[in-house]
Amino acid sequence: MSAGARVAAALRPLPTLYRVGFADAVAYRGQALIWLLSTNTPLIMLLLWNAVAAEGPVGRFGQAEFRAYFLVTLIVRLLQGVWVAWEMNMEVRDGSIASRLLKPIHPFWSYAFENIAAWPVRLVMTAPVVVVAAWLIGAQHVTNDWRQWLLFPVALFGGWALSFSGNLAIGCMSFFWQSTLAIAEVWFGLYVVLSGYIVPLELFPPWAQAVVVKLPWAHIVSTPVRLLLGHDTFEQSLSQLAAQWTYIAAFTVVAALLWRKGVQRYEAFGG
Amino acid sequence: MRYARLIATQARVSFLLLLQYRADFVISLFLAAFWTLSAIVPLLVLYSDRDSVGGWSWGEALVVVGWFNVLKGVQSIVIQPSMNQAVEQIHKGTLDFVLLKPADAQILVSAQRFDFRQLSDVVIGCVILGYALATLGVVPSLGAVAQTVVAFASAVALLYSIWVMVMSLAFVFVKVDNLTFLFQSLFDAARWPGSIYRGAFAFVFTFVLPLTLMTTTPALALLGRLAARELLLAVAGAALFILVSRWVWTRSVARYTSAGG
Repeated sequence: MSAGARVAAALRPLPTLYRVGFADAVAYRGQALIWLLSTNTPLIMLLLWNAVAAEGPVGRFGQAEFRAYFLVTLIVRLLQGVWVAWEMNMEVRDGSIASRLLKPIHPFWSYAFENIAAWPVRLVMTAPVVVVAAWLIGAQHVTNDWRQWLLFPVALFGGWALSFSGNLAIGCMSFFWQSTLAIAEVWFGLYVVLSGYIVPLELFPPWAQAVVVKLPWAHIVSTPVRLLLGHDTFEQSLSQLAAQWTYIAAFTVVAALLWRKGVQRYEAFGG
Repeated sequence: MRYARLIATQARVSFLLLLQYRADFVISLFLAAFWTLSAIVPLLVLYSDRDSVGGWSWGEALVVVGWFNVLKGVQSIVIQPSMNQAVEQIHKGTLDFVLLKPADAQILVSAQRFDFRQLSDVVIGCVILGYALATLGVVPSLGAVAQTVVAFASAVALLYSIWVMVMSLAFVFVKVDNLTFLFQSLFDAARWPGSIYRGAFAFVFTFVLPLTLMTTTPALALLGRLAARELLLAVAGAALFILVSRWVWTRSVARYTSAGG
């Protein structure tokens, strides 16, 4: 089979996978709505930091800056939901991953497409939040460099891809160790603190900031948010995106290696 | 008395389960410590910039965090496991077996399972409380301790009542896992001192979803800063919530027609 034919063969099932995932997302839209409402951490953090800024700004952040920061953070978070580590752990433990192994498509793709298929529904649900946020933030608090606007979708997607590939690597560890959920939880905890989700990273003390901005989590939330708010120059944004995609590549390779080793020794339960 | 013995029996069985899964307990202790530390990071950043926010110093804010952890632990040991099981029983129709037993169904349902693995949150909450008091150099007076006990008991009663009401919704909607998930996420707001919430949020978090009464009030009591009037308000609020939740539960059971009914 030629390389072209192989790519075509890999792409053929995608529309179907997408339709299945989309139907799934529509069927469970109530759940998605509750998930949306439960993602209120950035709003609570906004209330906290707002109370702080009411007594005087912190660095460059006054009340308006905190408002812009946490509203954009909320939107980024709402569009990036990833749960594949939990999903894989469950499927490996109860053996249902076997049905994925039988399908003529690499399970990485089927996981990715199930997740991507939920985007339209999530986008529709997030749209009102975006409108209200845009109205509350105002044009003066976002970047006026059109090149950064063009980069934003790349950074947003990159943040999702980074989160997804990291999750995938953790999910693949389930082949070797049952309690990977503890690792997934630690990953999520580090994400909460070190991605800029609850504290803008630039408010960390300089020594901590120097380390944190280099870690993968910063490129999930902070990078797209700073890009949109115009906190960085275009050149700085570019180098952050380069780092973001380097991490994505690295995690994907790790996940693929773990997968190959793991599937070989996997016998499901009762095996 | 009979009920006390009943609850003690259930608790003993659950505790034996904890001893069986010791490694799980160690992991959960580690995770709870990790989560608590990460939740404190905003406070660390905040108080490196200034000494007080909304009238709360670093040590005082930590007292609130400590109570939040203890309360969260109590919730996941005592309240949540039983409530989740009740939701499942309603869903499957096996609640009938509980209702048939010759004891008060609400007590039976509320005390059917305890998860002592979650003790970790209580342990870590106590460590934080101790650390905060040491930082502040405060030794609570006997009166303050008495007030704290009352305030914390009210907090547990409030939290329990809210869970009973959410659980009762399962009689109508059947699936309420998502609702409990939503409540959990809102409960996180109780980690910060009540005075940071202003305007409409202050109202909601005091009267509708009384998060302020759950953590800020016990914290003020421990610091000896709670006015008698506020303590009375907390107790009255808890009593009211207990009554309302009891009413909601009895109404829901009266309407219950079992699965397929």
